[in-house]
Amino acid sequence: MSTAKTLTFLLMDAPYESANSTTALRIIDAAIRKGYHVNVTAYEGAVAYTYGLQKPHQNPIKGTTVEQEKHPNTKDWVAALIKAAQGRGLKLDWLRCGMCEDERGLYENQIAGTRPGSPVDFYKQQVEPADNVLVIPCR
Amino acid sequence: MAKILTIVECAYRATIEEQDDTVLWFTHMMAAQGGADLALLLRGNAVNYLSRKQHVDVLHFGEAVLGNPPRLADDVEALMKRNVPVYYVEEDAGERGLEKSDFIAGAKAVSRAGLARFVAGFERVFHW
Repeated sequence: MSTAKTLTFLLMDAPYESANSTTALRIIDAAIRKGYHVNVTAYEGAVAYTYGLQKPHQNPIKGTTVEQEKHPNTKDWVAALIKAAQGRGLKLDWLRCGMCEDERGLYENQIAGTRPGSPVDFYKQQVEPADNVLVIPCR
Repeated sequence: MAKILTIVECAYRATIEEQDDTVLWFTHMMAAQGGADLALLLRGNAVNYLSRKQHVDVLHFGEAVLGNPPRLADDVEALMKRNVPVYYVEEDAGERGLEKSDFIAGAKAVSRAGLARFVAGFERVFHW
């Protein structure tokens, strides 16, 4: 069993709405690089981070095609973080609020390596065992 | 079991669509079904969650009617019944002209000057 410490994050913002999502993923990336196990609970709009039907788009202003624009999707960033954690023998447990994705119609087509859960799962499985917890709410 | 303080500052975020405050709901779930040791601090505009005088009348969008409007004071009261102590920042209530006599019973005032000491009494702080 790894002796690495565990950090837990709760994210609330939807992706593509504020800098919070990018900042949160950068912090998670840094934690994995430094050898921490990471737990994430995606609450409310944050369940869309991992929605699998996100698609990159072209940019008509710049005249770029989809291929040229290389528009990022958060589902790919999260998938890359899961892969990065696995490659280092670390855990990235990505939990999605089940009721939040129900009301948004996002309960299908979520990417592999993530799972639905509840505030109770957040508390029992992610808060209690963690060395520290950071809530990043909407502002 | 870690002693957790949940601070609600971002008030009335999507409370119509959600029919409640999502942080109060989340806190209630952790307390009621997870057995978490929690306290709630209301600050900023969220101090109004204590007011019995707030209400949502019937809301229509065309023929669509909002069936169950949020009742935030009731939700805070329900948390207290779950043994979640509720606090609020006294000056935040005063600056907004809120009367303590309109508040639900049982919430305790914390002064702004005493806030740091109060927060330091908890092992985990979730500031929403």
